[in-house]
Amino acid sequence: MFFEDLDPISLQNRGVVLNESGMNLLCQALCRFWQSSIGKKLIVAVTGIVLVGFLIAHVSGNMLIFAGREAMNDYAYFLHHFLHGAGIWIFRVVLVVAFVLHIVATIALTKQNRSAKVESYQNEATNVASKSSRMMIWSGLTVLAFVVFHIFHFTVRVDPELAGMKEPSGRHDVWGMIILGFQKPLVVLFYFVGISLLCSHLSHGIASIFQTLGWRSRKSSEAINKLGLTLSVVVWLGFLSIPLAASVVGFGVDEIEMPVTDVADIADIAEDNR
Amino acid sequence: MNLTLKVWRQKHANDRGTIETYDAKSIPVEASFLEMLDIVNEQIVQGGGEPIHFDHDCREGICGMCSLTINGVPHSKEKGITTCQVHMRKFKDGDTIWIEPFRGKAFPVVRDLVVDRSAFDRIVSAGGYISVRTGSAEDANSLPIAKDRADSSFDAAACIGCGACVAACKNASAMLFVGAKAAHLNLLPQGQPEKDKRVLAMVRQMDSEGFGNCTNHYECEAVCPKQISADVISKLNRDYAVASTKEAFK
Repeated sequence: MFFEDLDPISLQNRGVVLNESGMNLLCQALCRFWQSSIGKKLIVAVTGIVLVGFLIAHVSGNMLIFAGREAMNDYAYFLHHFLHGAGIWIFRVVLVVAFVLHIVATIALTKQNRSAKVESYQNEATNVASKSSRMMIWSGLTVLAFVVFHIFHFTVRVDPELAGMKEPSGRHDVWGMIILGFQKPLVVLFYFVGISLLCSHLSHGIASIFQTLGWRSRKSSEAINKLGLTLSVVVWLGFLSIPLAASVVGFGVDEIEMPVTDVADIADIAEDNR
Repeated sequence: MNLTLKVWRQKHANDRGTIETYDAKSIPVEASFLEMLDIVNEQIVQGGGEPIHFDHDCREGICGMCSLTINGVPHSKEKGITTCQVHMRKFKDGDTIWIEPFRGKAFPVVRDLVVDRSAFDRIVSAGGYISVRTGSAEDANSLPIAKDRADSSFDAAACIGCGACVAACKNASAMLFVGAKAAHLNLLPQGQPEKDKRVLAMVRQMDSEGFGNCTNHYECEAVCPKQISADVISKLNRDYAVASTKEAFK
């Protein structure tokens, strides 16, 4: 009884404030979880859910581009101002944490996988594994490069021409910025490659979430595979419809209304961004 | 039938090893794959050479000892059979056949096509058992088990521990084997008291043996001679998530 009273876990169970050794035990358990193969995979799957959820929300929101300038700019304004502007930062922190954990865990897993198969077959054969599933690390790293470019392109707006686009009311003209942003063929090409690889990544990734979290069975596997494939095709079509509409079809090109970008405007925007 | 064999030859564990070419002449079409190797070995021995070393035992598909990767596929591309059940009638006269050992860092080559699969034994020793007093079997009706549960457990228990799952996996992951060995006990009432402890111990032993991680390619399921479903991997993931959470907070 005496020893049990001093046990940090039993103290913790009875609501007593954790002492140092109790915290240590919890940290040890978390470290063990991270160090284990399945632990890291579970982290990849859970962060994958966050990222897939974000992509679905992102592509749905983007469809407002086809509803016109007003709808898109209202939506962008809402995103930047809900919860008095704190909402977007909570959102960004969650996304960055999920993104970083997803990448760090998969790189660690890939390194272990490479070292576990030191010698490969002279006559290699593949039975059922899809191409997408076998290039996950490469599609993932290309998507990482694409995301960095995308953030500099439309979030940080390093191009002063895009950064200077504003409505008469002073709000950012997100709609005009997107249409103008996709007038460069090289940018459209990079978006095409990036989004296509993202969807290749999703076609295996979404189904893998179910398997890693233990929700897949022989009975449900076909439905899960179809769900993964359908979602990735929908995301692919949704995202690519915008650069293709703006560059190939010429959607909205007549209405871009080149903004007046004088030095003072750009300074204002820089101030806002800060 | 006459064949060309491309066989992995390696004198000992630390030898670099290489593929060597042999002509397998006048092989009867009704011979099994291992009998074909026996015939080739006789020819090699008669010529004063060192025979090709390979593992085999029961030659009826139940012991899990034979372990050849034939044309890049463990136990050959035929579904649901072991190497000893492969027959030469499945090949054509004049074929070139690649024969390599099961590959994986945790399965070091001992010699030629023989690999050390004792890592599997250590995983089972870590938790693939039930600690109960053995004695005469109790009456079957005293412990009711639902039919579908008994069937699932039996499906998992069909694993013969041959290691084809590891050999086929691009990451040399042992998840199908560990999943089968854990599910076989975890699905039964007798396995419940030690379920969490078993899952944690077996997964940790698997990790420490140097096997890779599952990337859900399902190559293991495709080559398993006992056609064990990747459902056992899904279940192992779920059981591990529950067991490690309990361990952290209990």
